[in-house]
Amino acid sequence: MDILEKIKQQVEGAPIVLYIKGTAQFPMCGFSARVVQALNAVDAKFDAYNVLEDPEVFQNLPRYANWPTFPQLYIKGELIGGCDITLELFQQGELEKMVKAALA
Amino acid sequence: MSNNRIEMIRQQLEQTLTPQSLEIIDDSHKHVGHSGAGGMGHFTVHICAAAFEGKTPLQRHRLVYEALAALMQTDIHALSIQASAPK
Repeated sequence: MDILEKIKQQVEGAPIVLYIKGTAQFPMCGFSARVVQALNAVDAKFDAYNVLEDPEVFQNLPRYANWPTFPQLYIKGELIGGCDITLELFQQGELEKMVKAALA
Repeated sequence: MSNNRIEMIRQQLEQTLTPQSLEIIDDSHKHVGHSGAGGMGHFTVHICAAAFEGKTPLQRHRLVYEALAALMQTDIHALSIQASAPK
């Protein structure tokens, strides 16, 4: 399968999808860890993909997303942002609303 | 070394986005021993520019990433962005 097609299927395969370095249990990067914490704090159920374990995704996701860095958070197939934006939304209380709406 | 990087980031952002205010902080010391860019290249950018007017946070970040595209491949390992429009 084409790598961009594979990414599309992952991104659209769950209401909330997170690409991080490491796993949700053991993030390997502070930015990834903070996004996982924010999602856990609002009781979000999400699919997490470890980009360090999939070099193809690691190389091609930035191209798919037009977004050069990790982590990347997707809700309903749409890129929400990386660490800064996710934490900003969390602090504003918006993340919880978005998560609830996505999982409803 | 890191002062050069800050200068490169500053030049790119000033040329592309003509910010009203711009602050670039080198956070690399917090990430010594971290893989990627030799543990170097962690920066925080506070930028205020008219170009961000009416844009979402996602769009603002994309403008910053685009302005720094060449450096994102080489000198910047991680970038924290606080982008605002003039009030």
